[in-house]
Order: sequence, then structure tokens, then C-alpha cells
Amino acid sequence: MAVITMREALNQALSEEMERDGRVILMGEEVAEYQGAYKVSSGLLQKFGAKRVLDTPISESGFAGLGVGAAMQGLRPVVEFMTWSFSMVAYDQIVNNAGAIRYMSGGQYSIPIVFRGSSGAGLQVGATHSHTPENWYANVPAMTVITPAFPDDAKGLLKSAIRSNNPVCFIENEKLYGFKGEVPEGDVLTTIGQARICREGSQVTLIANSASTHVALASAEQLAADGISAEVVDLRTIKPLDIPTILASVVKTSRVVIVEENKPFAGWGAQVAYEIQHRAFDSLDAPIERVTGLDVPQPYARVLEQAVMPSAERVTEAAKKTLG
Amino acid sequence: MASSGAKKVRSKEKPGNSPAMLPTLTPSERVDLLRKMVLIRRFEQKAAQAFMQAKIRGFCHLYIGQEAVAVGSISTLHPTDAVITAYRDHGHALARGMSSRECMAELFGKITGCSRGKGGSMHFFSKEKHFHGGHGIVGGQTPLAAGIAFAQKYNGTGEVTVCYLGDGAVNQGAFHEALNLAALWKLPVIYVIENNEYSMGTHQSRSSAGYPLVKRADGYDMAGITANGNDVDDVREKMWDAVQLARTESLPSLVEIKTYRYRGHSMSDPGNYRTKEEIAERKKESEPISMFKERLYKEKVLTEKEYEEIERQSVAEAEDAIAFAEASAEPEVATVFEDIHAPEDQIAEFRPPIGS
Ligand SMILES: Cc1ncc(C[n+]2csc(CCOP(=O)(O)OP(=O)(O)O)c2C)c(N)n1
Ligand SMILES: [Mg+2]
Repeated sequence: MAVITMREALNQALSEEMERDGRVILMGEEVAEYQGAYKVSSGLLQKFGAKRVLDTPISESGFAGLGVGAAMQGLRPVVEFMTWSFSMVAYDQIVNNAGAIRYMSGGQYSIPIVFRGSSGAGLQVGATHSHTPENWYANVPAMTVITPAFPDDAKGLLKSAIRSNNPVCFIENEKLYGFKGEVPEGDVLTTIGQARICREGSQVTLIANSASTHVALASAEQLAADGISAEVVDLRTIKPLDIPTILASVVKTSRVVIVEENKPFAGWGAQVAYEIQHRAFDSLDAPIERVTGLDVPQPYARVLEQAVMPSAERVTEAAKKTLG
Repeated sequence: MASSGAKKVRSKEKPGNSPAMLPTLTPSERVDLLRKMVLIRRFEQKAAQAFMQAKIRGFCHLYIGQEAVAVGSISTLHPTDAVITAYRDHGHALARGMSSRECMAELFGKITGCSRGKGGSMHFFSKEKHFHGGHGIVGGQTPLAAGIAFAQKYNGTGEVTVCYLGDGAVNQGAFHEALNLAALWKLPVIYVIENNEYSMGTHQSRSSAGYPLVKRADGYDMAGITANGNDVDDVREKMWDAVQLARTESLPSLVEIKTYRYRGHSMSDPGNYRTKEEIAERKKESEPISMFKERLYKEKVLTEKEYEEIERQSVAEAEDAIAFAEASAEPEVATVFEDIHAPEDQIAEFRPPIGS
């Protein structure tokens, strides 16, 4: 298997799906001539031409809504937000149009659209540019929310997202674009809605997604050095949630730490904690711990931002707390 | 560019002919304009170096090439008038009289920075100097400006607001909504499009329909004015009309100022979308600092020797700012929970934020 970066994996997924299906188009700021602000769409303009790879003005509300309209009319748009932080000016289009038109019309329309782009904090770009919005979009009933942690999932899940007949928020994390991993060649899809156990363990379950999966894995190493066996569950998809995989791990370990980069209040981890206590109350030996971004706007200064981010140290401490 | 369809000024009483004429600057005031422009240039160059040394992180958008816009326009304001801009904010902050030290310290993420290290390059603020940010989301500042102007009018202070935005930002919905509100409610706000021809790597011809951009004033029955952003005198003159309209008649205007940035969009942009020749050409044609300097030589209000002294002082000030930023303390980690809520005086204090 080829070892490639997350960026290349995403690029392959886009390229293969555009090749396969002429209804797939890509639009967003700087996706075409500039080759993508984060180079995810590199080469696509050259391959598929300006009819299918479109540079937009800085009009997120306009082009997100245009994408929804095009989806209503049968295209399968991939709409890139340069970062998800900028999706907020398009929030109405995503929530009220992509999220509700099928339902409001009594099922007459499908909205096969993918909104995708970079997200996340940790690179000192301040409060306006550091959002991890998976919990916001998971709050939209019709929305699928995907947050890959590894290149193979990034590719397989993006391909599935593009083939989905429903609106998908595909939320990449900027910190992972250069992350390398093995990616199977060819048309391999990853099923939406399945978590993956990326490290087996027996004493505590660390549940994470996206970049936080790597924080959890680093913590599992630290815990192992202290003789504690941690299992790491990478959710891959926030919505739908893979509850069976989560529960199976909880039954095995009886202890849970949830790691999420988003803010704590109604973060996705709150929902996961609810599901666990509701369905596996008797399996728990300790209260569920959550390690989240701290409940403050993202600060610029490095020392402050590092304190705000979930860290392996904070996860390790929380895991030890569950072990008493 | 063909002449705009937009009205020059909306008022019957053309402000240029009204009693409040653009004040003629004394020679030393003119030299001060140059001094400000040179200071911004040297500050930005030092910031660029510090960025390369990873002392400044995140996004860092330089103002090099556009100095005459901020300096010329802000020179037409009262100290209590409001200024607000986007993320390319260092030049406006310095032109507004914020210190090089507090600005550089903010870039370094130090507690002595103008936003206590919390904002970074894109989010400079100084309430004291009526500099209301530094805004990271394209177009996000434009409704705020209408609101600030609304409050100025409401309070009857006679102050005005100047809001800067880029040529790319004109395509944000928020901007159009703000223009309509400003015109409908006759708010004393001046929207200044700093047209540097590019939004990131996209030339204006690929991002906007309807040129010149100032024509957008027409749709809102608002004054539309254009200026040459390489010529600080022209910026002053044209801005003066707009400021008078706001101050004396409480009417908004849209001013399009043609300019050009010499560096990448941000420090992270290699700039492959335009040629080195294009940049060199523009510099040769109309570099704002040398253009103004030459004019001052001709007017005999500046000698080469005096100019060298300005250069020396500007470099020294920028270096001092770097030294100050370096020597300043990092914020205490505990400050991460400060500045979230204003202290309450009528209700019980909020609990501290939740979290782990
Ligand atoms: C809503 C939003 N979309 C995208 C961005 C990313 N972005 C930052 S600056 C920029 C280009 C803006 O160009 P322009 O308005 O011409 O201003 P300039 O940078 O030239 O000063 C883009 C696309 C953003 N910050 N906010
Ligand atoms: Mg521009």
C-alpha cells in the first residue's frame, strides 16, 4: 500500500469521484487556479477544467446556497470552505436549506452535497480562525458529520460522502494535512457511521475523533508506560454515531475518557457520555471524564493556546482519575 | 478605469465647496505623514523577519505598499473618530497612533500587546485610540462599523467612523446589508475599499462583476468617491469630502482607493499568481513612499539628509519594538480565563466557565 499524506488522500478521493461521476463539481475560494489554500485540490483544475472546478468570490453564503440549489437540480457539488471557521457566514444555507429542504418538501428533493474544508485550533490563528464545528453541525437533524483522523479514512470517507444522497459536513483538521499513512489504491470506500478501534486495551477507553484521536493515542502511550492499558476508539463519524462499537469497548474496560477539540458545552462528547450512561450504566466503574477545548475563545499566544487545547497530559490525568 | 456611474457626492452642497475646506498642512505636518508611512514600512519589515524566525506565528498579513491609504485617510480624522478594519491591520493601528511597542508585542503574543497576546496579528484593538479592530472574518467588520456610526449619531457626538475592507470583501453579504443600513439610516460612516487588485490569489477580475467597485454605492444611493492610494495627498483630499459628508450631514459614503500590495497575501503565501515583473513594474510606477518623498523634496520641505534621519528613526523605533516584544513576559496561563465576561454590577457574578 502506498504511504501518502492526508492531503493527497483527499485529493485522490476528489479526483476519483470527479472521474467517476460527471455530476460532481468542486467550488470554493482558491480551489482552482491557486490549487487550494491547503493544496487539497491541487491539479484538479488541470484535470477537470474550469467548468467543474470553480474559484468563487469570498461569498460563502452565496456559494454554499448555490451548491444546495445545484444539488436540488441534480448535481453533486463539493463545496470547500477555506476553513470551517468561515462557514459561519453560510450557516443559514447549511442549516435551513441543506438541512431541511428534503424534510420540508415531504421528501421531494435529495440534497447530495458535501461541504468540506479545514478546521481546528493549535496553529495560533486566534479566535476567529480556530473553530472545530463538528458539534454545531451534528445538531442539524439531516446532517451527516464526518471527521477523519487518518489518510485511508479521509479518502474512503470522502468518497462515501460524495456518493451519499444526503448533505454531509466533512470536517478536516488542518493539523493532519501532512500526516502520512497507508492508503489502499483504487476504489475503496469507508462506511459512514463506523468507528474504529485504533489501539486495543483493557482498562480504560479513550474516545476521540480527528486530531484528538492522535492526542488520545499519545496518551495511551504515556499510560502504557505507567502500566495502564488504554483502548482508543476513533469515531471517524460524529453523526451517525457508532454506538455499538462504543458500548462494546465500554463493557470491556468500564472506564471512559472522551477527547474532543471543540468547546465543552454541548460538545459531541456530551452526547456520547449520555449514550454511554443511558445504555451501559451498569458497566461503568467511574464517572465519564471529558477532555475538551477549554470554554474560552481561542487565544493567540502559544502558552495560552496550548493550555486551551486537549493534550496527552490532560487525557492521561483524566484516565488515571477514572482508575481511582 | 472609466469614470464611475456613482455620484461624486450625494449632497447638493458639494462638500468640497462647503466652508469646511481640507486644511492645508504645515510643512512639518506633511513630513509627519511621510514619517508615518516610513514607520509602517519598517515595522512591517521587522515583523516579517520575526515571522521568519518563528517569533510571530499564525497568520501575518503585511501592509507594505498600501501605507498611503491608512496614513492619508486617518490624517483627515479627529482623534476620537472611530477606525475599524480587517486582518491586514498593522498599518491602520500605527497610523491611528497605537505604539509600535504594543503592536509588535501583540504579534509576539506577549502580555504587553495591544490585545494582551490574545488577538494576534489579525485582531489588534485599542479602545483608547478608537481603533475597534482588527477583524479576521472577511467582511465581518462592515456591519460593526454601521453600528459604531449608529451610536455616534445616537449620542450626537459629531464623530464619524471609517471602515476599511478589501476588494474581495465587497462580495460578502454582510457588506451589502451594512451599506443598505448605513444609507437607509443615514449613518456617519465611510466605507473604504482598499483595492489592491487581489483577494489572496484571485485577481479582482475573477472575483467581482460590476466595475469599478465604487459603483456599488449607486444601488444604495450613496456617495461614491475614488482615490489614488499611492498618492497620500489624493487620499487625503478625497477622504476629506467623505468625512465632511459624514460629519456635517450624517451621510455615508463609499470610497474606492486604488492600491497594491508588494508582499504575499500573508507571510504563508508564495504568491505564484502574479509575476515578479508585475510587482517591480508597480513599484517603479507608483511607490507611495518615494512618490511623496520626491514631492516633498520638490516643495523644499524636506532634504535628503532629513529623510535619512526619518529612515534612521523609523528603523530604530521598529527595532525598539522588537526588543520590547522580546523582553516582555508571556501571559500567565491563568489569564486564559480572563476577559471572557465583563464584570457584572446589577446581577450576581457568573460562575467561572465550565470545562475540564
Ligand atoms: C468569511 C471569510 N472567508 C474567507 C476568509 C479567508 N481569507 C482571508 S483574507 C482573504 C482575501 C481577502 O481579500 P481582500 O478583501 O481583497 O483583502 P486583502 O487581503 O487584499 O487586504 C480570504 C479569502 C476569511 N478570513 N473570512
Ligand atoms: Mg485585496
